[in-house]
Amino acid sequence: MLNFFKSSVGKKYLMGLSGLVWAGFVAGHMAGNMTIFISKEAYNAYGHAIVSNKLLLYGTEGALIWALITHVVCAISLSFSNKKSKGAVHGGSPNGSKGANLGSTWMAIQGSVVLAFVILHLATFKYGTHYETTVDGVVMRDLAKLMIEVFQQPGYIAWYVVSLILLGIHLSHGVRSIFQSFGLLHPAYQPIIRKAAIGYSVVVAGGFLSQPIFVFLMN
Amino acid sequence: MSDTKKMNLTLRVWRQKGSQQSGSFKEYLAKDVSPDDSFLEMLDQVNEQLISKGEDPIAFDHDCREGICGSCGFMINGNAHGPQKSTTVCQLHMRQFSDGDVLNLEPWRAAAFPVIKDLMVDRSAFDRIIKSGGYISVNTGNAPDGNALPIPKVNADEAFSSAACIGCGACVASCKNASAALFTSAKVTHLLSVPQGQVERERRVLSMVETMDAEGFGACSSTGSCSASCPKDISLVNIAKMNKEYLKAAFNKKPETNLEEGV
Repeated sequence: MLNFFKSSVGKKYLMGLSGLVWAGFVAGHMAGNMTIFISKEAYNAYGHAIVSNKLLLYGTEGALIWALITHVVCAISLSFSNKKSKGAVHGGSPNGSKGANLGSTWMAIQGSVVLAFVILHLATFKYGTHYETTVDGVVMRDLAKLMIEVFQQPGYIAWYVVSLILLGIHLSHGVRSIFQSFGLLHPAYQPIIRKAAIGYSVVVAGGFLSQPIFVFLMN
Repeated sequence: MSDTKKMNLTLRVWRQKGSQQSGSFKEYLAKDVSPDDSFLEMLDQVNEQLISKGEDPIAFDHDCREGICGSCGFMINGNAHGPQKSTTVCQLHMRQFSDGDVLNLEPWRAAAFPVIKDLMVDRSAFDRIIKSGGYISVNTGNAPDGNALPIPKVNADEAFSSAACIGCGACVASCKNASAALFTSAKVTHLLSVPQGQVERERRVLSMVETMDAEGFGACSSTGSCSASCPKDISLVNIAKMNKEYLKAAFNKKPETNLEEGV
C-alpha cells in the first residue's frame, strides 16, 4: 500500500484524483457564478445558500484543501525527481510530429500561476471586504457589490484573463491525463477523450471569464 | 548509384571520451552525401575521414541496420531517431534532409542512461527492468504445437503490437522526464495479453514498476512524445494498462507473490 503511493505510478494516481476534485469543483463554481447574469440578488442568494449549508461548505472545503495539498506536494516531489531523471539536454527538445502535447510540458508553471491565483482570489473574495445586504428579508453578504467593485479595475480583469486561460490549458492536459493515469484509456476513445477534455476546459475557462467581463461592461 | 544531387551538411556532434569525462559539441562537415545514404552510412563516411586524419571516430551504437534490433539511436535536432516517424536512425535516409542543414547529434539524455562514449549510452537499466519481471514460467523442452493453447485474435494482436518494442530507448530520450513508462508498459501489456503471462501477472507489474523507479527513470506526464518518437509506434494506451494493472496488483497482492523473499 505504502509502496504504491511512493511509486511514480501511485503518485500519478494521487495527482489525478486530487486534480479531479478541483476539476469538478471549478465546473460547479463556474456554473453557480452564472447567477450573476440573472441578478445581483440571485447571485447573493446563491452564495448565501452555500455558506448556510455547513455540511456542504465544510465537506467541500475539506476535500478541496486535501486535494490542493496532495496535488501541490506530489507535483513538487515529481517535478524534482523528474528533473533529476532527465539531466541536461543540449541539442534541442522533441519537435514537429515528435513533439510533446502542448500544455503538458509546462504544467508546473501553469500550476504555480493557478495556485497564486487561488490564494489571491480567496483573499479578494472569501476574506475580502464584508458588505451586507438584505434579500427577501434575509441579511446576507453582498458579494455582488464586492465583485462589481473588484472588476472595475482593468488590472484585475487582465490578471483573471491570464490566470483563467492558464487554468484552461492546465485543465485540458490534466483532464485528459486522468484517463491515462487511471488506466481508462482505450484506443477507440482516445480521440474523443482528447476532444472532450479540451471542450471541458474551454467551457470552464470561458464561463469563468465571461463573469468579470460581463460585470466590467455592465457597470 | 543514382545521379541525384549530393548534399553538404554540418554536423554538431556530442563528443565525450567516457562516462566520467565531460562532453561538448564538435562541428564536422559531411561532404558529398548522397540522398540515398542512410544516416549511419553518412556517419560511417565522416568516420572514414576522421580515421584517415588520425582522429578519433564518432562512437555510435548500431547492429542490424534494418530497424529491428533496437541498438541504434541518438537525437537529431532534439528528435529521437531524427524527424521521420516510425523509423530508427539506421533506416532514416539522407533524403529527409536538405543541402546546408545543420544537425545537432546528441546521445539519449537520461540519468538512467549514462553516456559510454559520444553518442553511445548504457541502456542496461532496461535489461534490469526486464529481468525483474519480463518473463513467463514455461516448461522447457520441445516447442508446443501451434494453437495448442487457444488465444483470441484480439489478444494475440495486442500482445504482438506491444511486443514490437525493440527497447531502443527513444521513448526515454524523448520524454522530458526521462520516463520509461512506455517501454515498461509495452512489456507488461505484451505478457498480460496472453495466457502464458498470467502466472506472474501481479508480481510482474509490481516488480517492473519498482525497478523502473529505482533505476532513476522519471514519472509519466503523458506528453505523448514517447509514442510519437517510437520507431514501432507503441501506443500510450499501454501506459494506461500498466497503471491499471499496477493499481489492481498493489491492492490485491497476496503475501506469497512477493518475489523478493529468498532471492
